[in-house]
Amino acid sequence: MSTKMQNFRRGMYHGIPIALGYVSVSFTFGLMGVSGGLPWWQVLLVSMCNLTSAGQFAGLDIMMAGGGMVEMALSQLVINIRYSLMSLSLSQKVDDSFVTRHRIYLGAGITDEIFAVAMSQPHKISKGYFLGLICVPYLGWAGGTAAGALFGGILPEMVRESLGIAIYGMFLAIILPKARESRAYLAVILLAVVMSCCFAFLPGLKNISSGFVIIICAMVASAFGAWRYPVDGKGE
Amino acid sequence: MDATNFFLYLAVMAGVTYAVRAIPFVLCKGEIENVFVRSFLAYVPYAVLGAMTFPAIFTSTGEPASALAGTVVALVLAFCERGLLTVAVFACVAALAVRLLIYFM
Repeated sequence: MSTKMQNFRRGMYHGIPIALGYVSVSFTFGLMGVSGGLPWWQVLLVSMCNLTSAGQFAGLDIMMAGGGMVEMALSQLVINIRYSLMSLSLSQKVDDSFVTRHRIYLGAGITDEIFAVAMSQPHKISKGYFLGLICVPYLGWAGGTAAGALFGGILPEMVRESLGIAIYGMFLAIILPKARESRAYLAVILLAVVMSCCFAFLPGLKNISSGFVIIICAMVASAFGAWRYPVDGKGE
Repeated sequence: MDATNFFLYLAVMAGVTYAVRAIPFVLCKGEIENVFVRSFLAYVPYAVLGAMTFPAIFTSTGEPASALAGTVVALVLAFCERGLLTVAVFACVAALAVRLLIYFM
């Protein structure tokens, strides 16, 4: 088996837990889209063209309410602008096999989870790996949406809701080992968590959209880390 | 909502979402030299995930006790460096177990 194929398969393998998490979230999206009045194929199309959770849920609300196109554009920009930060981070992590052509289509696959798994790899990543890492979650996202839109009512609510924690379990599996290994990462993560909780519970701050909250927390905590614990040498 | 309107919404949504993802990825080639910027970018993914996980995880299952059980299980397994899939699956199982327990009690 060629190295390219091996990389692709390794990426696919790493994409499986992401896909499982996505199935549960996209299932809910499919269910909500149909109950909001969209035909199943439109709901599926939204998932296939966007591949983003928070943005799609907000977009669905705007469609249902008959909101304006400017409102739609702004909401997507605010909620998804964090991808620009990730995209910039990822541009430092990819190897020389990523030429412009690949970046143009693989850029569409940057999500929180795919980004996090790609960044947690010890070495630079190849386009084969990244493609593999994208395609399984993509199928999970599209498949989950279709399943939710078509057969949403069948699964017991209890099971459906319990699947909601999958994605966060996965996040913890990514950040905790890093926090355990390095005090600098621990400090950055704790700062981000504390800030995020403040935004969720303090009056006044509560009304800021979740997309903005993530950007603010991530930027402040990362800037603090970069100032207090600069990463020296090459890579991490 | 008619079909034309739907496709307009879809184009705006997908266009903006694609642009914020792809533009920095396509334009930024070559290594960034500045230590502050490099460090900042190294910390971003972990800070993003931390902020996304808390406090959202506590309301992720629609029932507080089951979410707490899932969170504790996930924290322990993740701390023991178990794989992503293991942690995710056992968090769901723990949450569902508590839901069943409440249901049958």
